[in-house]
Amino acid sequence: MTEQKIQLGEQSILCKPDESLLNALLREQVDISHSCHQGACQSCLLRSLDGAPPIEAQHGLKEGLKKQNYFLACLCYPQQAMRIAHRHHTDFMTHGTVSAKQALNAETLLLTLDLDEPMDYYAGQFVNLQRDDGLSRSYSIANNRIHSKQLSFHIRRLAGGRFSSWTHEDLNLGDRIAVSEPQGLCYYLPDKPDSPLLLIGTGSGLAPLAGIISEALHQGHKGDIYLYHGSRDLNGLYWVEEMQALAETHANFHYHPCISSGEPPEHVFAGRANDVAFSQLPDLKGWRIYLCGHPDMVSNTKRQAFLKGASLSDIYADAFHVASGSLD
Amino acid sequence: MSESSSKTLFEQLGGEAAVDAAVDIFYRRVLSDHRINRFFDNTDMDQQAAKQKAFLTMAFGGPNNYSGTDMRTAHAKFVKMGLDDSHFDAVVENLAATLQELNVPEALIAQVAAVAETTRNDVLGR
Repeated sequence: MTEQKIQLGEQSILCKPDESLLNALLREQVDISHSCHQGACQSCLLRSLDGAPPIEAQHGLKEGLKKQNYFLACLCYPQQAMRIAHRHHTDFMTHGTVSAKQALNAETLLLTLDLDEPMDYYAGQFVNLQRDDGLSRSYSIANNRIHSKQLSFHIRRLAGGRFSSWTHEDLNLGDRIAVSEPQGLCYYLPDKPDSPLLLIGTGSGLAPLAGIISEALHQGHKGDIYLYHGSRDLNGLYWVEEMQALAETHANFHYHPCISSGEPPEHVFAGRANDVAFSQLPDLKGWRIYLCGHPDMVSNTKRQAFLKGASLSDIYADAFHVASGSLD
Repeated sequence: MSESSSKTLFEQLGGEAAVDAAVDIFYRRVLSDHRINRFFDNTDMDQQAAKQKAFLTMAFGGPNNYSGTDMRTAHAKFVKMGLDDSHFDAVVENLAATLQELNVPEALIAQVAAVAETTRNDVLGR
């Protein structure tokens, strides 16, 4: 065995034979989080940019991470030169042109971008969108993978939100916007086509979930798919007719719009989406769960789903944190 | 008897696969236990599960780099919240119940409990 060259951004280091990549990085004083040195804590997660890393270095990672060439530095003994990146690698990679703007409800905009080049993404992942002056926000991709050069987003107007106000009011058809590489682990995986899926989202959390459902149905998922979309009142729900139509054409897709205040009309459920879901589904052993939306809903629901029998490795969550600068 | 005594505790339990089988059950029990679940209210569940896995690997006699200092540092804030012997006992009880649920023989459960016991003073900051 010989030394292997490792490229991390601008920095290049040499990993010695029989030396873990983590130890090599620490020896060169690279700032990398780490703790257990034995593959348990997963603090030293990195990503290979040149294809699959050594298979031993992916031991114990979720399938989604493995597919995206993530690996643990402490378990990695490089057999060849590698180009690697930190886990939150957010270089802007391409640009898109605004091709459609459509109101989904009073506060949510459907924004469609035509990309300059095709992107390899999974439905349910998110990208960072960036304005010319550098202002940037994360948004989930709301369509499935059929459209490799087109992305759509549900952009909810936040009180005082600089980016969301700009997209609602000032962004025009034909305008250009920078788009990062896709990120996030909350997406459809075709490895368990018979297992039931539970998807719970609040507000524009419907965006990634709709993408995941569309992808699952497109790939012929056989297990039941339950969607609970929640909002405070009817004004916050959207795509109700589209989801109902989808449920009519796919016997294994079950749609439950929920409102947490006021009297619901027919076909809409009273209560928070997670409470309605858990009152109807007592045992989640063997289920795969997707949670998107308000951070409190996501963390509470993750715990509830786990206590109801879902395995932690089958719970995929995407909490929509509001940028602190939005309320300036 | 001679066959089993030639294997380590970790091997007799089934190695890493046994840890993987135990970690969800153990963590679910701990979160459902009203005596102790308040100590787990604000933790990232994936990180917590990874820590539980490291702890179970150690308690099963598996490869580990257990550090009493790390254990003290990690639990110091809970000692301030009132963490005491009764809570430690509850965790050991949940550990034993997890292994019973997985049909592990009582003799092995006693050995795991004995290993876990060696962390008591570090966890409780004594």
